[in-house]
Formats: sequence, C-alpha cells, structure tokens
Amino acid sequence: MASAGVNIRVSNLQKSWGDLKVLDNISFDVAAGTFLTLLGPSGCGKSTALRLIAGLDEVSSGTISIEGQDVTGLAAAQRNIGMVFQNYALFPHMNVRKNILYGMRIRRAPIDTQNRNLARVTELMGLDMLLERYPAQLSGGQQQRVALARVLVAERPLVLMDEPLSNLDAKLRVEIRSEIRALNKSLGITVIYVTHDQSEALSMSDKVLLMKDGKTSQFGTPVDLYKNPQNTFAAGFIGTPPVNLIPAHILDPQVLGSYSCNIADIQVGIRPEDFSLSESATKSGLRGTVVGTEYEGVQTLLTIDIAGQAKVITSTVGAGNIVVGTEVFLDFDPATLHVFAKKDGEKIHRNP
Amino acid sequence: MKRLNFPLSVILLVVPCAVLAAFTHYPAVKSLINSFWSMGTRRRPSQFIGLENYQTLLADGTLHQIIWNSTLYAIVTIPAAIALSIGMALLVNAKLPGTALMRLSFFLPTMMPMIAVANIWLFFYAPGIGLISQIFVLFGLQPINFLGSASTSLWSMMAVAVWKEAGLFMIFYLAALQAVPPNLKEAARIEGAGPIRIFFDIVLPLLKPTTVFVAVNALINSFRLIDHVIVMTKGGPNNSSALLLYYIFEVTFGYRDSAYGSTLTVFMVLLLGLMALIQFKILDRKTHYQ
Repeated sequence: MASAGVNIRVSNLQKSWGDLKVLDNISFDVAAGTFLTLLGPSGCGKSTALRLIAGLDEVSSGTISIEGQDVTGLAAAQRNIGMVFQNYALFPHMNVRKNILYGMRIRRAPIDTQNRNLARVTELMGLDMLLERYPAQLSGGQQQRVALARVLVAERPLVLMDEPLSNLDAKLRVEIRSEIRALNKSLGITVIYVTHDQSEALSMSDKVLLMKDGKTSQFGTPVDLYKNPQNTFAAGFIGTPPVNLIPAHILDPQVLGSYSCNIADIQVGIRPEDFSLSESATKSGLRGTVVGTEYEGVQTLLTIDIAGQAKVITSTVGAGNIVVGTEVFLDFDPATLHVFAKKDGEKIHRNP
Repeated sequence: MKRLNFPLSVILLVVPCAVLAAFTHYPAVKSLINSFWSMGTRRRPSQFIGLENYQTLLADGTLHQIIWNSTLYAIVTIPAAIALSIGMALLVNAKLPGTALMRLSFFLPTMMPMIAVANIWLFFYAPGIGLISQIFVLFGLQPINFLGSASTSLWSMMAVAVWKEAGLFMIFYLAALQAVPPNLKEAARIEGAGPIRIFFDIVLPLLKPTTVFVAVNALINSFRLIDHVIVMTKGGPNNSSALLLYYIFEVTFGYRDSAYGSTLTVFMVLLLGLMALIQFKILDRKTHYQ
C-alpha cells in the first residue's frame, strides 16, 4: 500500500480557554509509523491536544510539525490527516459507500481511484456486504469499522483516534484493539490515539504520553511506564491493581539504605506482583493480616493490612487458599522498590 | 388514587363532551348536510337538492380565481418562509455578538397577533404616505399602490405572511441546528469540506425532519390564516387577493348563503385532508435516520 507514516513533532503546545489553561507545555517527537497514545484521566487535556493536532482548534502557543513542515497555522483539511471520533461521526443520511467515499468525492479524486481504494478498504475491514446500508442499520462494531475505513480509504499517513473504542462492549473492544494495532503495523501509518484506559494504552502503543492536568506526567514506552514510573501519578495510574504506595517508616530502614534522603520525606511504591508471601518472618520485616480477597481466575488479589499503618494489595496465583484473617509475612526484592518524594510525588533515584 | 363519586364524574365527562359535540362535531356534520340542501328564505324553505351546490361550485368562476390565489400563496410563501427561517436560524446560531437581541427581533413578528401585524403593514404599504412609498420616492421611483392594484395585492399579502411566519419556523430550525452533532461537521471539515459544502451535505439533510414538520404547518397556516386579508384588502381588488377561507367567510356571512358556504367548507376540508395525506406519504419517506 502506498501510504507510509510521517513523523510528528509537537513542541511547547499550550491551550487556554480564557483564563483556564487546559494544556501546558506538551512536547513530544515520534518517528514515522509510531503508535502514540495520549493517556490520562478525563479532563487531563488529551482530547484537546488531539484536536489541536487535527487543526480543529487553534493553539494558544507552541508548534506542530509533520515531516519537518510547520502545520500549526494550516487548516485541518490541509494537514493530510484522518480522524476517528469517539461516536464515529458517520453521516446518518449517507450509506456506507457514500460515508467512506465522502472525502474523496469532495476532493474530486478520479472515479477509478475511488473505486480501487473503496474495494481495498472494504475488503480490509470486511465491509463488502454492508455498502448499501445506513449507519443506523449497523451494529456498534460495524459502525466502528466504517469509521476506520473512511479514514483509511484516503491513504492518509497520520491518523488520529479519539477514544474510538469506548462505545463498544468489552469483547469487541479487545478484538478491534488488535485490528487497529495490526493496521498501524501493516500500513506503516502513524497513529495518535487518545484513551483513558491504561490497559489499552499498554497493549497497543509504541509510545505513551501520560498526561495529568494538562501537563506531561511521563513520556515513554509502555514498558518504561510500567517498570519505571517517574512519579506517584504514573505509579497509581498504570497497572491493575496499581503500585502500592506505603509510608517509608514501616519498612526496615536497611532496605532503603541506597537512598540518601530523610525517611519522613518519602513514600515507597511496590507493584502487587513484586511482593511474595511467606509464612515466617522475612528480612523486609513486613507483616500483616489479610482483610480481603478477590478471586480473578488467573490470580487472587489479597488486601493486607499492615499493623493499621498501610493497606497493600498483592496477588497469588490461582484460587489460593488464604482466607480473611490469616497473618502473613511479605517479602520483596529491594531492587523492585520505587521511591518517591512526598512533597511533589517525583521519583527519587538510587545512589550510584 | 381516590375514586370520584358518581355524579361528579358524570358531570366532568358530560360537560367537555357536550362542548366538543356542540362546537366541533355538530357544525361539521351540519355543514356536510347543509351542502346537499338549498338556501332557505322566508318565502322558499330550504329543500334537498342533492349535488346541485357542487355543480355550482364546479362552475364558479370566482372560486377558480380564488383556488389559483390560494395555490400561488402556498407555493410562494411556504418555500420563502422556510428559506428565510433557515437563514435566520443559521444567523442566530452562529456565535456572533448580539445574538439574543437578534433572536428576539426575529421572533417578535410571530408573537404579535396577525391583526396587529396587518395594521403595521397597512402603514408600510399606504400609497403616498407609507414607508415603502416614501423609500420609492427617495430613489426617484414611481410609488406603487401595493394593496390597491390587482397585480400586486396578493404578493404584498404574501410578504406579510412570510415576515410573520418565518420567526416561528426559525425557532424549530434553531433547535434542530443545535441538535446536529458537532463531530459530523468536524469530520467533514477534516475531509476538506468548506462551510457551504458542510451546510448542503451534512446540515441540510439532517434538518429534513424539521422541514417536513414546518412545511405541513406552513401549509395548514396558509389556508387557516386570513386575518390579514380581512384587515388589509378584504380580498380585493376584484378578488385578486382573496383566499379560500376568506371566500367561505364572505359567502357565508357576507352574502348569507350558508348552503353554498357549507359546500365550500366541505370542499376545503377534503382538499386539506388530501394534501396532508400526500405530504406525509412523500416527505416522511427517508427523513428519519435514527
């Protein structure tokens, strides 16, 4: 296929509505063909950022460049992008064929090009039988496929997606998730994808931009974000269940020996799966009572109360046989600890 | 729920039924019956004459003129009012300063009674001293007696009707415009559609259900509203501005020919019923998408 991706660079992007600053200094730079996810809770500015890249809203300051060309001042239509909206934005009065070809018709693409591209995307998205139907006659998943086909038909090198899966049921979501990922890889197009679902972000992306209150919280690969959360927000947002944040003073001071900071100024994060349960006392010195269990099939989540000082969640494989009220000892590898400043939540690095 | 006692429930049921029967059903049935009887006078009592009134109706030259007037009136005022109201709705829907004032001024004619509207326009149209005459004179044009000449009287009346009706329709279109999902327009924008294309490709088709509703209402109003005919021209000159309902009024209460008036009424009811049927059949097809 002809379309290959483009690289995109965003620098110091800002957006204010009146006095309200909704985007503050967002910068990133991704190579052609990257699957970039803008991730964050609702209201963090991720959709705003996407709309600025699309050219639907005007930036307050900062620049957006595609393939080295500054497109900040260009109209949406001139940026050569495609966009999939959360509610699909299919034209209700046009059938599937007209929906898909709408853009090419406006741009007066030659008829044989239209037909060729239509045949290609309908086969790709499995829409051959549905061309004469109207959007209201399609299921949610089919509507989603039409929306994708409409974006893919014009062979745009950059495709923006604004929470495209949030209206689908869980099973379909996983299915289309992998389809989108496969399209990104097979066509080589660059995708910028907005979601609030961290598992979606982890499973689909090459790069994730985690946002909070209009600012970048962390930018990196999914593995980066999971293994090395740079602040308590990233630690608390990524992973189900997320990182346990506990006060440092309940740990044996020795395990924090390689950090030069005051115990009172820090908190410690441990992933649930980094704990191991033990029946006898351990080096770490953590000891608690199981106060809740949650069976999830592949694992069972245990909520453990540590002397009334903290509650942590850990997991055991399978159904386990630990009942509420059991006393357990928790062990962990000090190398798996994440240490954060209490003041601003930023990561504190180990002494070299 | 507490049950009403029997006498009260009967009274509450009978009173509205009686009012409805006396003022709606009885006159309707009576009109139908009257149309088969001759007009009674003191010397010649009313007698059954079968379809004779209907034969008169078919041969009535004035009626032909009036049907033509009414048709022209509907064909011109309905599209004009729809186009104008869509335009006004787009204008007040745009984020411009002074929108609230604009909405009010567009809606004001609708809130006024037709009689008042007609009187205002009488001043506008008055030959010599009227506003429009003065404007004509200002530009060195020959003033026209708008309501007094057969060639302009109907058109002058149409202008008043459009001016009055468009404000109401604007409210419906405004509501419909605000229900168009902004994403659809954005999707079209990204594909390269300009504002005019977006309007004709996306917005206008989505306004179709509203247009059906408005068109039916406008059609009914074009037969129903005759206040301005009575105030401004009384159908003249030479029946050039008479509409069907006004003619019925004139025949029944002016010439006191209630038999022929009844015949005309039956004719109009049949006509309106037929038009409503056609309109719903044609326009309702493929107008609702969700």
